[in-house]
Amino acid sequence: MNAVLQINDLETILYTEAAPVRAVDGLTLQIMRGETFALLGESGCGKSMTALSVMRLLPDSGEILGGSVRLGGEDLLLLPEAAMRGIRGKRVSMIFQEPMLSLNPVMTVADQIGEVLQRHFNLRGAVAQKRIQEILDQVGIPDPARRMNEYPFQFSGGMKQRMMIAMALAGEPELLIADEPTTALDVTIQAQVLDLMRNLQQRDGMAILFITHDLGVAAEIAHRVGIMYAGEIVETATRDAFFRGPAHPYSRKLLASLPGRDKRRQGLRLAAISGNVPPLSHEFAGCRFADRCDHAWELCHEVAPGWTALAGEQQVRCHLFNQNWGSRVREQQFKDERLESADQNSGEPDKSDTGPELMNHESGVADSCLLSVTDLKVYFPIHKGFMKHVVGYVKAVDGVSLEICQGKTLALVGESGCGKTTVGKGILQLIPPTGGSVRYGGLELVGLERNRLRKLRGELQLIFQDPYSSLNPRMRIVDIIEEGMNALNIEEDSKAGHAERASGTNRNKVDKLLESVGLSPETKWRYPHEFSGGQRQRIAIARALAVNPKLIVCDEPTSALDVSVQAQILNLLKELQNNLGLAYLFITHNISVVEYIADEVAVMYLGRIVERGSVDEVLTSPRHPYTQALLSAVPVIEPESKRQVIHLHGDMPSPSNPPPGCHFHPRCPHVMPVCREVYPATSTFSSSHTARCYLYPQEQG
Amino acid sequence: MSFKPVILWTDALVYLLVAAVILFAWYVWRNEHLWAPWRRVGHSASGMAALTVLVFFVIIGLLDTVHLRPAVENDSGGETVYSVEVLSLFDVIATPLRTQVEKTYSAPFAAHLYARETIEHPGGGQTREFPRLKFGAAHLQNPEAQLATDIAWRAAAGGGLGLFFWCLIVASLTLLLAHRSGEAFLSMLSTIRRGATAIPWNAVCVTLALILVLCGAALTLCGSYHILGTDKVGQDVFYQSLKSIRTGLVIGTLTTLMMLPFALLLGITAGYFRGWVDDVIQYLYTTLSSIPGVLLIAAAVLMTQVYMETHPELFDTVASRADLRLLFLCIILGVTSWTGLCRLLRGETLKLREMEYIQAAHAFGVSHWRILSRHILPNVMHIVLITTVMDFSGLVLAEAVLSYVGVGVDPSTISFGTMINAARLEMARDPMVWWSLLAAFSFMFALVLSANLFADAVQNAFDPRVKTLSARVRALRRKRREEPEAKSSPTRTESSLPS
Repeated sequence: MNAVLQINDLETILYTEAAPVRAVDGLTLQIMRGETFALLGESGCGKSMTALSVMRLLPDSGEILGGSVRLGGEDLLLLPEAAMRGIRGKRVSMIFQEPMLSLNPVMTVADQIGEVLQRHFNLRGAVAQKRIQEILDQVGIPDPARRMNEYPFQFSGGMKQRMMIAMALAGEPELLIADEPTTALDVTIQAQVLDLMRNLQQRDGMAILFITHDLGVAAEIAHRVGIMYAGEIVETATRDAFFRGPAHPYSRKLLASLPGRDKRRQGLRLAAISGNVPPLSHEFAGCRFADRCDHAWELCHEVAPGWTALAGEQQVRCHLFNQNWGSRVREQQFKDERLESADQNSGEPDKSDTGPELMNHESGVADSCLLSVTDLKVYFPIHKGFMKHVVGYVKAVDGVSLEICQGKTLALVGESGCGKTTVGKGILQLIPPTGGSVRYGGLELVGLERNRLRKLRGELQLIFQDPYSSLNPRMRIVDIIEEGMNALNIEEDSKAGHAERASGTNRNKVDKLLESVGLSPETKWRYPHEFSGGQRQRIAIARALAVNPKLIVCDEPTSALDVSVQAQILNLLKELQNNLGLAYLFITHNISVVEYIADEVAVMYLGRIVERGSVDEVLTSPRHPYTQALLSAVPVIEPESKRQVIHLHGDMPSPSNPPPGCHFHPRCPHVMPVCREVYPATSTFSSSHTARCYLYPQEQG
Repeated sequence: MSFKPVILWTDALVYLLVAAVILFAWYVWRNEHLWAPWRRVGHSASGMAALTVLVFFVIIGLLDTVHLRPAVENDSGGETVYSVEVLSLFDVIATPLRTQVEKTYSAPFAAHLYARETIEHPGGGQTREFPRLKFGAAHLQNPEAQLATDIAWRAAAGGGLGLFFWCLIVASLTLLLAHRSGEAFLSMLSTIRRGATAIPWNAVCVTLALILVLCGAALTLCGSYHILGTDKVGQDVFYQSLKSIRTGLVIGTLTTLMMLPFALLLGITAGYFRGWVDDVIQYLYTTLSSIPGVLLIAAAVLMTQVYMETHPELFDTVASRADLRLLFLCIILGVTSWTGLCRLLRGETLKLREMEYIQAAHAFGVSHWRILSRHILPNVMHIVLITTVMDFSGLVLAEAVLSYVGVGVDPSTISFGTMINAARLEMARDPMVWWSLLAAFSFMFALVLSANLFADAVQNAFDPRVKTLSARVRALRRKRREEPEAKSSPTRTESSLPS
């Protein structure tokens, strides 16, 4: 048997205050040499607990109840702790999600890697130094001889993740466990890291257990895929088989909930999975997915399905495919239903589905725009010395111009640290802009007094990224929603009639708002901690809607959510736009969300917009080299699409000291001498599509 | 009327505090998310045992807070004249203890004084011997022979009485719990004994048994003996120790009350507004905390003392004067000790102000004052709570130290500090007078230890960073381990993957 890792019936339990949670419940999997097994699933499914069980690094409250974890024939669960220490870092290594938190900030990189070498190979001194250099060279750190003696803070995020990989590889492990290794990284950096892992695997032939929630990443790197749901694996298949034809209803739903351009074109709503992952504290009688499954019948609630082998290596835990139950018929029915529901959805009126011509026409006229931002600048001073004099500025936003029209969505795309969020806050005057103008309906917002600005607050609202920190944990939902109404004295409710006043009206309105975001009015008496992430985001949306806004700045509203929940929120946002005519400034780094929801796109790099245009123009024919690289780095699921990933070297420079000339030139594959000197002027490709790059004819003036 | 109620300054503040605590408790009980951490406090065995002891202390402290002036027997006329002596309810209850004053030192359970005296015999001639006490063991004919048996008998009777009350309390508690959970009385009793209830009632019951047995024994004995001896002027040390409890509690709680407004207001505004407000407040507390606290307290206390001595007309009784001095001590301690909490709150507010819900409030144009009171204040309350509970024991100890140095409470106020101060000289003499110090020490130790244990339980329950396994979870885990292994290895025929 040549399986490197063979897990059989692993059962891990977490003791909590209320009841023990069966985090991993009878998990079985095997990984061959040189194979990458991707464990996919939403948060709370027990993916990380599986990894920690293999390493035997569970938290104090966790305990492995049964099963076996065999590494090359040796059961890790039977080893004493002392022997286990010889295995961790030597035969099994692990990479964690947050490179910033996994490296010790007061030790140099060489010391941290040296620890592994000393522990497992007894290498010291010059020999160890040489080996460290070799390893760093392998993971693509430039100038390793010098950089190995630097501290983690001197490296960027992507470099730190490379360091983590280097540390993990130092023991030359047979098995590498990667727990969401690219989730905290930008797409361009993610592409680099995935590429690195693939190359290292090809060379050394180690097995990788790759834990991720991102279907795209799994499609990029995995050889085989296991879908995990509520503590157990519900489907395993080779990558190609899985992405060509997922079998389990849960897998199908997950794939269908991914946003994308095709779905937008067809005017489809995203397939959201209703409900949440069930709590793992109680015993399951039947199939764990039965409550959320559209195809569940009585049997599903009574008998837990066993494994059914389909074609090839694909196996699934679902009654639909069991021969004894007449699966073929069922499956046929299943497919028909799917088509039907698609038809239904496309039948719905979709106001936002306007053709590009109409849009171009509108955006050409600046006056019709709800919000127009010209040359917005937000600088943060850098203080230094005893008297705190200003020695420089972090130019977070450096001359951004954009327009948003009534009922339209502008997506602001860029990597972390490029100033997207600052633009949003600068527009809302939550951060006072340093220069430029923000005109809302013809009224200049920059420099407006606090009192006059307050009257406008209701029109411009904000939805945050993290639904856990955007709701005050000590306030009830009704208080949270009413707060804005009370602060802004929303009395004249134009839609509901004029007669009502006072808190009775507010209460009615809160009920209506909660219903409009898909929550029952009874929930208003509860506190935020009783809700899941998706529900909290709905509450945050209801809070913003309470003051009748015209424009909502959505600051990465779905990036902290699972795909199925993301689909729910995107559907909701789109529905609200259709019904209320809201305009969105949608700040995101997720290209597939942009494809689904945006009308126009602006790509930002280091405080400036490098390219903008309608969503089709920018995403199908990107002009700026940065946009091209960004789009090529996005992992895609279609196995057929053979795309060329444009690798960007290095990271985004610091906005306190941007490179002269075009900001992108140090990483640009097409760099020319002129790029290093002056920032390029606008090049226009159509009435809406513009970019700032010397590759294209420059506009004069 | 045979008495006239008197409300001293500290009394009023204590009443206010009790009212505030009751209101707060009611509010917390109504709100599930506020109630949840308190329930976690309730699950801690050491915390609940400590709370039982604290409740006992608090009851004595509260009894000692209700002050009155009894009427004096008066032949001269119709109008009642009230005594200049202010008594508390506790004093009235403990009248025998208070009034049975010996001549000077006597050891615990002694029948004779601790010092020899020259006694003139009626038949002429003098002897130097230890005279019999006026009250202690006065009922015994022959103390040498009877003392031990009498003490044992009375202690046993008192302990038995205590045990009887304890049985009554446990029975009613079990009945109540059984009624609530719908179980039978006996099964509920065994559940409590095994510690399988959510709130560790067994720990509470054991502590209660200890307290009640001790109390019962002490109560039956203290009528006819000085169970902790007497001090230099013959006052009962047991009575003094019980009186000191109130002083300690008042210092511990009222000082917190004095310091909270400073710490909350300044800490939160500094963290929220940043800029020059922050600078000013930071300089203020940095300066204040770099002046030695004792120096500041000594200066302030001496100043108030001089003022009080030059204006005797302001106080109609000695008690009100002593009380005002106690209050001033609280205020001064409060003024010097707010910096630590202020610094903590500033830091927490700096973190909170960047939270997204605060920004959302800004986006709604909510005023600064409302953001401070509705968003920030409720979210720092757990820190305030943890700090005040932790500070309590420190303040009780601080009072003892200050009174020992001589800048603490008024000499007429009985407190742990004054007891220790009075006892310190006697430590050097031979034979040594040890009981005053020991009594003060053990009472203070019990109070501070239980306050600290309770503070620990509160911190564990409120601090999200402390994620220790509760005793219950550990018990669950143990139980599961003890289950036969055979059960945990599942039948793996159906569920395992065919390979």
